[in-house]
This record gives sequence, C-alpha cells and structure tokens, in this order.
Amino acid sequence: MEVSDFAPVLVQVAFAAGLAGVILTASHLFGQRGSKGIIKNSAYECGIKSEGKTSTRFSVKFYVTAMLFILFDIEVLFLIPWVLVYRDFIANSLPILGPILFFLTVLVVGLVYEIKKGGLDWEK
Amino acid sequence: MDVNPVILKFVYAATVVSVIMGLCSYAVLAERKISSWIQGRVGPNRTSLPLIGGIPLIGKFLTRLGIYQPVPDGLKFLFKEDVVPAHVNKFYFIMAPVIALVPALTTVVVVPFGRFVTEAGEVIPLVLANVNVGLLFLFAISSLGVYGVVLAGWSSNSKYPFLGGIRASAQMISYELAMGVSVLPILIWVNAPGREGTLNLFDIAQAQSGFWFAMWMPVSAIIFLVCLFAETNRLPFDMAESETELVSGFHTEYSSFKFGLFFVGEYAHMVVGSCVFTLLFLGGWNPMPFVTLEALGFGEGILGAILSVGIFSGKMCGMMFFFMWIRWTLPRFRYDQVMKLGWKILLPLSIANLVVYTIFIFYLDTKL
Repeated sequence: MEVSDFAPVLVQVAFAAGLAGVILTASHLFGQRGSKGIIKNSAYECGIKSEGKTSTRFSVKFYVTAMLFILFDIEVLFLIPWVLVYRDFIANSLPILGPILFFLTVLVVGLVYEIKKGGLDWEK
Repeated sequence: MDVNPVILKFVYAATVVSVIMGLCSYAVLAERKISSWIQGRVGPNRTSLPLIGGIPLIGKFLTRLGIYQPVPDGLKFLFKEDVVPAHVNKFYFIMAPVIALVPALTTVVVVPFGRFVTEAGEVIPLVLANVNVGLLFLFAISSLGVYGVVLAGWSSNSKYPFLGGIRASAQMISYELAMGVSVLPILIWVNAPGREGTLNLFDIAQAQSGFWFAMWMPVSAIIFLVCLFAETNRLPFDMAESETELVSGFHTEYSSFKFGLFFVGEYAHMVVGSCVFTLLFLGGWNPMPFVTLEALGFGEGILGAILSVGIFSGKMCGMMFFFMWIRWTLPRFRYDQVMKLGWKILLPLSIANLVVYTIFIFYLDTKL
C-alpha cells in the first residue's frame, strides 16, 4: 500500500468542503431578506427574555468524562496492533494470551476504581 | 482509456457524494412516511411537480407516496432567511455545519459497496480508497463530527444550544469506547495466521462467506448497534435535541441551509453507520449465511457486481428502516441513564466479550 492510495480521501474532503461552501453561499444569496430587530438578535429562550450570562457554567462531570475517555481510548488504540498479530502469535506458539490478559486486567482495574470512586455517577 | 486519473477521482467522488445526498434526502422522506405509518397517519402525499405529476396511472400514485417531497424540502432550505443572530461568534457559527458535514461525507471513501470478480478470478472491491487501515480510519474520521456539535453549541452563545452541544459531545465520546472494543473480536478472527494484517472493511465482509458475524458474535453485534444509535444521536439517545427540555439542542439558533447541513450530516452518518453494520455483522453482499454469490453462479463479471451492490444496498435499507422503527418504539432515556448505560454496562460488557473471544479463539487455534 502506498500513500497515493489515500488520494481519494483528499479528493473527497476537498469535494465535501467545496460542496458545503457552495451550499452555504447559495443559501445566503437566495435566502429571503428579513428585517433585523432586537428580538431577532437575542438568544432564543422560548420567547422569554434572556436572563443572566449566555455562557452558563456546567457540571464538572463533563470534564471528568472527557478525561476518562482519553485514557480509555488510548488503551483501546493499544489493542488494535495486538488484534492484527494475535492469531499469528498463537500459530507460532509465542506467548501472547497471558500478557494480553494482564493488560486487560489493568484496564478493568482502572474502570472498577473509577466506578468505585464515583467518577461516573451522574445522580448526585 | 487516457482519462486523467485525477479527473476520474473527482468524477467518482462526485458520484458517491451525490448518491449519499440522494439517499439522505430520501431517508428524510422515508423517516416521515414510516413515522406516519407507525402512528396511523398518511404522511406527505400532496407534493407534485408540474408535468411529472400528470403522468397517467402512476403519476397520482407517486404523488401519494410523496416521491417529490425532497425537492420542495431542499428548496425551502435554500429560500428561507439565513439568520445569523448578533450574539453568536460568527466565524465558528458558520464553520460548525461545514465541520459536521465534511467528516460524515469523508467516511464514505473506505466503505466498499460491492465487489467485482474478473475473469482471472481476482476479486476487486468497489470502493473509493482501498486502504488497509479501513475501520480505524472510519472510527477516526467519524468521531471528528463531534467537533461540529461542540462548536455549534459553543458559538451560538445561548443556553440551550450550549447545554445540547455539551451533552451530545459527552455522549458521543462515551459510546465510542464500547464501540471500539466491541469490534475487536471480529478483527482478531479476520486476521487469520499467515495473512497480512488488515482492518479493511472489504476483507471483513469477504470473511463472512460462512457464518455471519452477527451469528458468531451476537454480543458484539448488539453492543455495536446500541453504540451506533448513540453515535448518530438517534432516539432513544437524542439527548442533544431532546425537544421537550432543550428546544432543539445545539442547532437551536440555526436556520436555512446551515441547519440543513447538520440534518444532512446526521443522515449521512446514519447511512454510513448502516453500511458499516451490514459489512461487519450482516455479511456484506453475501445473500445468505453459507451461500455466496459465487455458489449461486453469479460470481464473475458485471452481473455479479450489480447483484452484490443490490444485496448490499438492500441490507443497508433494511438497517435504515430499523433505525426509524426504533425511533417510534422506545422512549428517550434520561441523561444519567445514558451515561450509566455507556460506561457501566456496555463498556464492561464489551471488555468481557473481548476476553471471552480472546480465550475462545486461543483455544480453537491451539487445540484444533
């Protein structure tokens, strides 16, 4: 496989971005023109006047989720090279079952710790 | 054939994009029609184009089916006022729909939609980019779609879109984990000893000439399916736009075709998701478990290729119908239930599933 095999990806990205650009421009050009007004320019909150800051504070749980996601996603990525060679290793009777079970155990211990610590509780 | 290969690539890209766009617009129609059937309504049945609507016999029938509905839908997107409210962050506000659409259309390049067997017996996939990182590429690019959602929510500078965007992003990243782990048993099985390592979707589909993976790894299939619903923000996981609490979530402030791009992006994700599920679990273009097209005598040439594309699209449409069916069957979850399902049920279950198949395949390969 060569780098040139990825050329269609580049073409597709260019095409999709171009298409989106053309559609947005066309929509801007052909769209109806309405009058501007204070009401129209205010944030939509079901017809009630907007109160307080527009950028509200939000639960810290979202940050925690994002961080945990990164940790676990990297661990999943580490598994991808393993799945490619697993059966080859078995066929050549190289040790692989023990090490990978150890790796998965570490992953599970991390998850259990996280749950026990309440890092994933949303009710409180 | 001395057509410039670059031009040819553009032609292929244009064809695939227009097919996907067409599928999306008709998926919207199908959604409306199926919703109305399930609820005992009629659905769109009046739209008619001049001249075409007057065709004798079938003209009226097609109108009743709502076949022309996507045309006025698109035109309405185009001709409605393109409101950019004063309180938004303009640059990101306009960028967000583009960012939502581009990954959705880009993932299509690695999805094979059929196969062509030459007379020499060589099997060629019908795919834009036949790369061996296939599935990994697909996961990587499709998860970029979350940036569109986050940016839309944040740049709107308004409460409902903000909450909708942040909820949707947390949900999408949570379910990506279980999705990634659930496909690993398949990849282990496909990468048989002695062959070059591959994550190519075409090879995975070709490996299902016997058992389909949905039969051989049902738990993986169920986890993947649930995660697919969560990733595409479909009911029962549409936290992002739970209209009773967040108006319409991250695209509350959007109008005209900017909203339309989000809409198309969402349906494109659904189309690609259905394709991937078909390829991974439903045997791709194999008509039945243990029955390949070759065995039925349609192996070689154009006929075999057309049949493979037909069978694949049939399965894909079945999956799309399933998406819409589920929408009117299950009620929406509460947000904490969604997160609990993702992290405390699906993720441990998918890891357990992986361990079971790891040991099982080890046993199979050593003892047999």
